[in-house]
This record gives sequence, C-alpha cells and structure tokens, in this order.
Amino acid sequence: MNSRDADRQNGAEWSALMARAQDGDRKAYETLLRQAVPYIRAVVRRIHAAPDRSEEVVQDVLLTVHRVRHTYDPARPFGPWLAAIARRRSIDALRRRRRTEAHEVSDAVAYETFADPAANRQEEKLATAAGLNAAVAGLPARQREAIRLLKLRGLSLAEASVESGTSIAALKVNVHRAIKSLRKRMTGENES
Amino acid sequence: MIDDTSWLIEKLAAEARPVKRLRPPGLRAALWLAAAGALIALAIWRFSDLHLFVQRAQSARLDWEMAAMLLTGILAVVAAFHLSLPDRAAAWALLPLPPFALWLASMGVNCYRHWFTDGWAPGSSWECLKFIIGVSVPLGASLLYLLRRAAPLAPARVAAIGSLGVASIAAFTLQFFHPFEVTFMDLATQVIAVGLVVAAASAYERLRSRRAAR
Repeated sequence: MNSRDADRQNGAEWSALMARAQDGDRKAYETLLRQAVPYIRAVVRRIHAAPDRSEEVVQDVLLTVHRVRHTYDPARPFGPWLAAIARRRSIDALRRRRRTEAHEVSDAVAYETFADPAANRQEEKLATAAGLNAAVAGLPARQREAIRLLKLRGLSLAEASVESGTSIAALKVNVHRAIKSLRKRMTGENES
Repeated sequence: MIDDTSWLIEKLAAEARPVKRLRPPGLRAALWLAAAGALIALAIWRFSDLHLFVQRAQSARLDWEMAAMLLTGILAVVAAFHLSLPDRAAAWALLPLPPFALWLASMGVNCYRHWFTDGWAPGSSWECLKFIIGVSVPLGASLLYLLRRAAPLAPARVAAIGSLGVASIAAFTLQFFHPFEVTFMDLATQVIAVGLVVAAASAYERLRSRRAAR
C-alpha cells in the first residue's frame, strides 16, 4: 500500500469516527482525537517551532474541534476540515502573541523580588492570605478566574481551559494581565 | 504538556454529547434568502408605487443595474454560508465579485453622467442612506445570527461578505421606493451606504470575537 492509499484509508476511517462522535459515541471520539493529534502537531509545528508553545496551540485546536464538531459534514473528507482549523488556530495564536509582545512586557523576576528590601517586606505583607485574597478580588472577573484556576488551584492550562470554558490562549493572556495588575497594585501600595 | 493533551482528550471525549449537524450551506442560504425575499416582496407590494417603478424600469441600464445588485446579494449570502464552515476555500469570497464589479461600473458611468447635470445637489441622498442602513440592520442581524451557528473561524471575513449581500439586497429594494430621477449624490450615497454596512458588520464581528477570546 503506498502513502496515498494509506492517507485515503486514514481519511475514510476518520470521517466514519467523526460521524459516530457526532452521534455521541465517546469511544469513537477519543480514538479519533488520539489518532489526529500527530497530524495536528505536524500542521501546528509548521507555524510554531517551540515544542511547549506548539503543544498549547495543539490543545487549543482540540478545544476548537470540540466546539465546532457539528459543522463537519461526514460526506466530505475529514483531513482538510481538521487542517483548516489547525492552521487557523495556529495563525490566531501567532497574531495574539505578536500583539501581546508589542503592547506588554513580561518580566517574571520583577514581581518576585525587588532590589529595595522595604519593597520586599511590602510584597511579603501582601502575600499573606488576606492581602492576596483582597488583591485578587479586585481583579476583573476573567482575570480573577484565570489566577484562581492556574495559580491558586495549580491547574494546568488544559485543565483550566476545560473547567472555565475559555481557550488556552485567552487564559494565558488573562493570567498575564492579572499578574501585571497585581504588580501595579503592589507598587501603588509601596508608594503610599 | 503532552500529558495535558492526553488528559484533555479524555476529558473532551467524556463530555461529548450528540450534536445536531448543520444542514448544507447552500440549503441554509436558500432558506434565508426565501424568508428575506418573502418579507421584501410583501413590503414592496404593500408600500411601494409599482406603477411609477414600471415607468422607471423602461431603462435598460436600470434593469442591468438591478439585476447586478440582486445577483451580488444572492451570491454574497451563498458565499457567506460556505465561508462560515472551516473547510471551505477562501475563494468563495470571490463569488459575488463579478456582479458587484458590474454594478459598480454601471454606477460609476451613471455618476459621471449625472455629475455634469447635478453637481453636488443632495437629491434624496439622506433618504437613500437611511433606507439602505435601515433595511440592512434587521436583515444583517438575522443573517449574522445564522452564520454564527457555524462558529466561523474568520468571523470578520464572513460578516463582511454576508453584509455585502444584505446591503446589496437593500439597495435593490430601494429602487422600488425611489420612483424619481436620481442625482450624482444619490448614487454615490448608495455605494457609501453599502460600504458603511460592510465595514460596520466586519468591525463588530472582529471586536466580538476578540472579546470572546479574552
């Protein structure tokens, strides 16, 4: 069997699995997603070379497939449908990253330790349960949710995404903005 | 990270419920066009002066122009339903362009002709603008609602093509309520109104999808 025949057979099998998944067959759906992940990874890695970043996009693609699975027509090949979603989500992630990098500066060390010892004491004070809760409570709802799931409960991005119904990319943006807001708040308290 | 992906697959499979497949895009477009067509036909029959319209329709140029407007509207709506699905080629966006180009060319020639006689005379420009936007908003809202059921991956592009269809249908309908000689400004306003509807719909959908992603 040559590679084109193998692709065709794969495509027909995936179409059948997706049709069963649309009818609520969970086993078929899990089999399909597991078989499709290497294919999704290959499409995503053409745009995102870094493995950790590309895996987040792969997870975002899986969530999108789940959300739009009613749009698949079993009479049409599954591969192009999946590839179109993977390409689109990869490009969206790239654009989002560029927008974030253009407008925001991420410096993890800056909000962990300050050169001025007084500032560190302020930070420690804020890190007490009450101080932290108050600071987190002041955040916008989506940022608060992202911080709560990812930093306080320690969930992974994928787990937090499923729990909150928010995309992985959106969670990353929200947690980044939340940390920025908390840092700004801490700086404000230092100044007063 | 790879463990997370595996966990995610398990989780998605565990909560997968049966879903209702979307009907074919051509059929969905036909149903929307039939409903919109019935409403417009009713409004024309009830409120327009068909006698005056028949007199105006003696002009072959107007007939061509109206045919181009209607065809632009129909093809743009069909293209929008196709584009709202993930695996349809981006080339669907080109479908309404030939009749749209014909319509713009005819309008351009007409504008040029009227420019010498009317100059900047406003005519009924304001009424034209209000009519096209007033008809496009409810039609566009119902169309966008249906297009969103496909959860389009490029919502702004889908909204732009869909709203081109809606605005073209509105401009076509306007001709039945415009039983007087047009001026340069009337014609220019019709094109501007279509552009405004397309720009507003695509900007709205872009903002909406960005907000939803946050």
